[in-house]
Amino acid sequence: MHRYIPHTDEEIKEMLNEIGVKSIEDLYIDVPKTVDDYNLESEKDEFTVKSEILSLAKKNKVFKIENIFAGAGIYAHYIPTVVEHLANDQRFVTAYTPYQAEVSQGTLQALFEYQTMMCELTGMQVANSSMYDGATALAEAMLMAVRVSRKNKILAASSINPEYLQTSKTYCTPQNIEIEEVKWNDNGTLDIEDLKSKISDETSAVVVGYPNFFGIIEDLKLIKESIPEKTLLIVVSEPVSLTILESPGKLGADIVVGEGQSLGVTPNFGGPGIGFFTTLEKYVRKMPGRIIGQTKDVDGKTGYVMVLQTREQHIRREKATSNICSNHALIALINAIYLSTMGPEGLRKVAKMSYNAAHYFAEKLKEKGYSLIFNGPFFNEFAFDAGENYYEKWKKLAEEGFLGPLPLVKVLPNFKNCALACCTEVNTNESIDNLLKHF
Amino acid sequence: MTTIFEMSKKGRIAFKIPNNNIKDYEFDFPEHLLRKTSPRLPQVSELDVVRHYTNLAAKNYSVDVGFYPLGSCTMKYNPKINEKIANDEHFSMIHPFQPMETAQGALQLMYELKEMLCEISGMDDMTLVPSAGAHGELTGMLIARAYHLSRGDTKRKKAIVPDSAHGTNPASARMAGFEVIEIKSGPDGRVDLNELKKHLDEEVAVLLLTNPNTLGLFEKDIIKIAEMVHEKGALLYYDGANLNAILGRTRPGDMGFDIVHLNLHKTFSTPHGMGGPGSGPVGVKKHLSKFLPVPEIIKENNTYKLNYSKPESIGFIRSFFGNFSVLVRTYTYIKTMGKEGLKKVGQMAVLNANYLRKKVSKIMDIAYPGLCMHEFVSTCEKLTKETGVKALDIAKRLLDYGIHAPTMYFPLIVHEDFMIEPTETESKDTLDEFAKILGKIFEEAKQNPELVKNAPYTTPIRRLDEATASRKPIVKFNFEGE
Repeated sequence: MHRYIPHTDEEIKEMLNEIGVKSIEDLYIDVPKTVDDYNLESEKDEFTVKSEILSLAKKNKVFKIENIFAGAGIYAHYIPTVVEHLANDQRFVTAYTPYQAEVSQGTLQALFEYQTMMCELTGMQVANSSMYDGATALAEAMLMAVRVSRKNKILAASSINPEYLQTSKTYCTPQNIEIEEVKWNDNGTLDIEDLKSKISDETSAVVVGYPNFFGIIEDLKLIKESIPEKTLLIVVSEPVSLTILESPGKLGADIVVGEGQSLGVTPNFGGPGIGFFTTLEKYVRKMPGRIIGQTKDVDGKTGYVMVLQTREQHIRREKATSNICSNHALIALINAIYLSTMGPEGLRKVAKMSYNAAHYFAEKLKEKGYSLIFNGPFFNEFAFDAGENYYEKWKKLAEEGFLGPLPLVKVLPNFKNCALACCTEVNTNESIDNLLKHF
Repeated sequence: MTTIFEMSKKGRIAFKIPNNNIKDYEFDFPEHLLRKTSPRLPQVSELDVVRHYTNLAAKNYSVDVGFYPLGSCTMKYNPKINEKIANDEHFSMIHPFQPMETAQGALQLMYELKEMLCEISGMDDMTLVPSAGAHGELTGMLIARAYHLSRGDTKRKKAIVPDSAHGTNPASARMAGFEVIEIKSGPDGRVDLNELKKHLDEEVAVLLLTNPNTLGLFEKDIIKIAEMVHEKGALLYYDGANLNAILGRTRPGDMGFDIVHLNLHKTFSTPHGMGGPGSGPVGVKKHLSKFLPVPEIIKENNTYKLNYSKPESIGFIRSFFGNFSVLVRTYTYIKTMGKEGLKKVGQMAVLNANYLRKKVSKIMDIAYPGLCMHEFVSTCEKLTKETGVKALDIAKRLLDYGIHAPTMYFPLIVHEDFMIEPTETESKDTLDEFAKILGKIFEEAKQNPELVKNAPYTTPIRRLDEATASRKPIVKFNFEGE
């Protein structure tokens, strides 16, 4: 007997009888027997499993949240207790894709509200109910731009997250979509002249970060004005920043994607997070992923269903807009609960405090003689020259209890001795001053 | 139910943010980049948030609420210890960019999980990076592409997919740049060897198979199929959706598969989360190892490291290392079950399906007679002809009796069908009850078809107008005055 398997010996006998076979073995007549005993450990009781795995867990260092100064795609924000509490409701956790809408209104309405919130933040007209992460959301945005424009070339700013760029190349290459990179200026913003020189009739879309990977705030208005009307503008953004930055939708974006982890999701060693994906209404049928819509039931009561499923792989098969099926719905729920809890004022305060903390940190570093790599305006991340052997220093900082600014060489081999610093609302005056003692 | 936007009252807050004692800095970016209007997020109290989401949860059917026989989805029980451990702060609060010396527990867990999954699937190497089954399929197809290109074999542009396959198979193959060739299943619901032979040529890169297939039948000619595929220089890909059935009995690697994806949210009991996050690790035979995506986890002198330098790798398929917290749940599950438990999973899943098939066969036709694996496909075509009551109507009536409907209208080759998968965690009592209710609904359909056609009656909402919802999609809340 196993605690997750309820069959008694007596029941097994009765069931075999009903089927008309003598033994379990008889049920497998079609299946070759190639294993009898896996080379694995034997089953363990809950007490033992818990103590073994949690002692493994303790080998991981958990930094005090105010001492975390690394971001680069995953951010340490404070998560209100109510968010984790509600998101662990097993009636959400153990449900599946809402194939039976009548008994899935909880999932459907929560995702409909999530879509609304993401549209509000990005200034876009439609959102899907999630992608795997920021990187896959961007890759799918490029594929969509090609579907819309029927042109095969993408111009992507070199200053977008390197892993997003690499993932996009992995997705695009087999479909013969060419991604060409556009340089950045000394101030860290997109080099408009380089962009203009590379734009052609074949350019399907231009991709830019807002803020970009180095934290720099790009002038979306200027970029939009520099590209032809028919070229799509894809913006990769960080949702918290969008409470103080003008929404990309207002500035002319056609697709806005990004990583939603910063909206109430724990870092989880990098996964799961959530990719958000928003666009204009006119493109809704070209969009990948699940979309939830509002409708009425036979009694005229408002309810929610999955819509536009004819784009999806279970109907369109190889002609589907994308292969994405399972998404990150539970994380979308967490985003919605977090945004409901913070409200517009709370989220704006998180953004402003993150901005203030990063600017304070940068100012103090400059006072100590460190220089920033770029002098463009930044949100809550900035790159600076951290001096010789920063990588070793970073490891020492960890021993002192600080997750210091990320050595950029980890993701960009040319950036020796450079660090990408990040602050959020959790970094206090005191924690920044304490870190600065080591610089 | 009222939306959270309608509950919103200007000025209400649910959370107070502490001050970080840092002076206020002026914005130093151009004025036109400064946001002028606030996003219309909800303004509610903490109790409002709690009630709203608790009331939404109450409108959801889930495994913890009742029987969820959704074929091919493997809606088994999700053990609570898995949740508890995954939510431990030593796992949930670690940052992917902290020095790897400070994340050795996480890396060790992933390394050991990789080894365990290799053992269970019979493969030589594995990546844990893919975020879902379909993401794993895409990864697998990209590996197949990279393999042929590395050998200078540029003419292999085709991927063969049986007509019974999951829709994600052809979609993933297409995304990896292949032309999809669909082959018809034979009269016994399995791959027709003659049909396969007809399409198998030097331009075929890969054959995608699910085994047991989506009809719940084991492809008993699999060894022969693998031979045929390999003889032509193509690869054999295993869709792990139905791995539950063969746990402890046979392994994809032993059947001749070169590439396999596993659905951790199915076979390994991690919860489905309303449609995700899942996780879709991809295993390969030795000769394909160098094409796996980055990063790979390696062990050197008892230290665990991430290796990004794999020149022939297909590259990045997402950020970071995969859906780590799903991996923690899987690791916990395998440790809890042990080798004996995993074997029992396969056996009881198959026993439950065959027992329920026998019971259901007294009510509706079974699409392909004989023994099944962990699921089976039945059809109510006869009832539809007699009474006009469709599979969809029966499905909705089941909801009235507190049971989730089975998978409908899939696989595409069976009409008015139900694909039923009970899983090993359901008791004989639950299966008996399900069969009893299904029988009762069939009686209702014959006596009073309108009763069934208008179901459900007792659910939070009744049948929805899906056609209009897709024709004129309303995909966000309509704020007043718009």
